[in-house]
Amino acid sequence: MEFFSQGLQGLIDGLLTGGVYAMIGAGMSLIFGVMRVVNFGHGDFVILGMYAAFASNQYLKLDPYVSLLVVLPLAFVFGFVLHRAILAKLLGANDQTTKLATLGLGLIATNLVLLQFGTEPKTVYTEYATNAWRIPLFGLELRISEVRFYAVIITALLIFGLNMMLYRTELGRAIRATAQNRLGAELQGVDTKKIYAIVYGIGVVLAAAAGVLLLPLLSATPTLGSVFTNKSFVVTILGGLGSLPGAIGGGLILGVVESLGSSLFPLMNSHFGANYRDAYGLIIFLIVLLFRPEGLFGRTVKRV
Amino acid sequence: MTNQLPLLEVRDLDIAYGDVQVVFAMNMVVGQQELVGLVGGNGSGKSTILRAVSGMLKPKRGSILLQGQEISGISPHQLTDLGVAHVPMGRQLFPAMSVEENLEMGAYLKRSKANKKQNLEKVYAFFPRLLEKRKLFAGSLSGGEQQMIAIGRALMSEPTILLMDEPSLGLAPKVVQEVMQVIHSLRTLHLTVLLVEQNVRQVLKITDRAYVLEHGKLVIEGQSQGLLENDAVKRAYLGL
Ligand SMILES: Nc1ncnc2c1ncn2[C@@H]1O[C@H](COP(=O)(O)OP(=O)(O)OP(=O)(O)O)[C@@H](O)[C@H]1O
Ligand SMILES: [Mg+2]
Repeated sequence: MEFFSQGLQGLIDGLLTGGVYAMIGAGMSLIFGVMRVVNFGHGDFVILGMYAAFASNQYLKLDPYVSLLVVLPLAFVFGFVLHRAILAKLLGANDQTTKLATLGLGLIATNLVLLQFGTEPKTVYTEYATNAWRIPLFGLELRISEVRFYAVIITALLIFGLNMMLYRTELGRAIRATAQNRLGAELQGVDTKKIYAIVYGIGVVLAAAAGVLLLPLLSATPTLGSVFTNKSFVVTILGGLGSLPGAIGGGLILGVVESLGSSLFPLMNSHFGANYRDAYGLIIFLIVLLFRPEGLFGRTVKRV
Repeated sequence: MTNQLPLLEVRDLDIAYGDVQVVFAMNMVVGQQELVGLVGGNGSGKSTILRAVSGMLKPKRGSILLQGQEISGISPHQLTDLGVAHVPMGRQLFPAMSVEENLEMGAYLKRSKANKKQNLEKVYAFFPRLLEKRKLFAGSLSGGEQQMIAIGRALMSEPTILLMDEPSLGLAPKVVQEVMQVIHSLRTLHLTVLLVEQNVRQVLKITDRAYVLEHGKLVIEGQSQGLLENDAVKRAYLGL
């Protein structure tokens, strides 16, 4: 019974965290899907979001959720300008160059954070941070953390909004067209360089939003970036690079695997430490790569 | 009269890829509502010229004039806005979008957006087969049908000139005939077309005039009818 209850609780926690992973992965996946660029600095933008929320709280006394209204537009402008000023110059360069550039941008971002805020962990204290709803179910009591719940709701809204934008607006159609055939899009009059900058901006928005939503749960440190970059890799590979529904599925699976792993195998964790939870995700990642290299939901669309 | 100014004029054009020059002193004129062919063998520089006209390449020397206005060096999306529609080699469709979405992408710019509905109807009237298949993914259609989407998409932008690069590429001979008929019948829409093709005989049959390229140089130009009967052309390109 104990095992079952822990499992169910682990499942719930995992789905809630997985939602946020999904958003991080969705940004990376979108960037790859449209520009064929693997954004090695992606996790660092999550960290920037965390510190932006921290700073808004420190200096402007904003609640983290309210700070989204400030942080997200800034994140978009930041991503857009970063692409225009730097990555756009590398269009047509080889893969390695672009990879190194995205990696470098992430390094610069985290080191600026380091200079400004130092190495010690930062977080915000909200009165609701530890609140949880208790839900009785078949004699068990399940806890749903308020903060995680809000995180999932906001994530769902952002991903829903992204999807509506991609499939219901003129801009969205131009983005999809650019993703499927850049030359074809350019010849219809689409300014594909601008589309790239917009998409990069959206990717940074999703990463930063995840950072803001995670801050009440986690403390921010400048070095967490690579952890999140790794997670977004796992999410996008699980789901199939470039697929939005894939990223959502991949994120949820990663969240659940990590959470179940660490709640059901306490022995492993006491032996290797709590950080072992990251390993469960990587194990699944390897298994999927071995048996379904195109991703769990991957499907290849032929280019015409 | 605006007709005195050719719609498109290429003057003394040199084009190079890096240090390698592939087009030499090219001169060409396309008049209003003319259907002009640009033919030549493999690697003779046809696509290169077309790419320069549509803004994908910047020429090394010379000028490209659209209704008298210099356009060399302008980016492709801006040229689309000036009325240059390019039906590129390999069609360059959006495979995972429906036929209709592909067509609508042709009316992406403001110049043609307002008339999107009417133009879509015109394209469907011209290509009834696309109407039947409008909900299907473009990538799932046959090669000939995909070529019709590419042409229809270009028509959606209300072009002043249509550039076509090897529309017959990769199509079965029977389908090539059909596509050529389609291009020929574009004149009923009062369009101006510059057609690039390897298939010399087919091009000379449907065009008004043609330019023949060899190794990046213009070798013969003239009325297509005349070129069909020209001995040198017959020997070099028509296998007679
Ligand atoms: N991107 C490129 N980089 C370097 N050289 C190129 C490039 N594209 C074409 N060339 C060269 O330029 C010359 C002209 O090529 P182009 O594609 O214009 O010929 P074409 O007449 O269109 O031939 P085809 O009928 O085979 O399509 C060729 O020698 C070709 O090898
Ligand atoms: Mg060619």
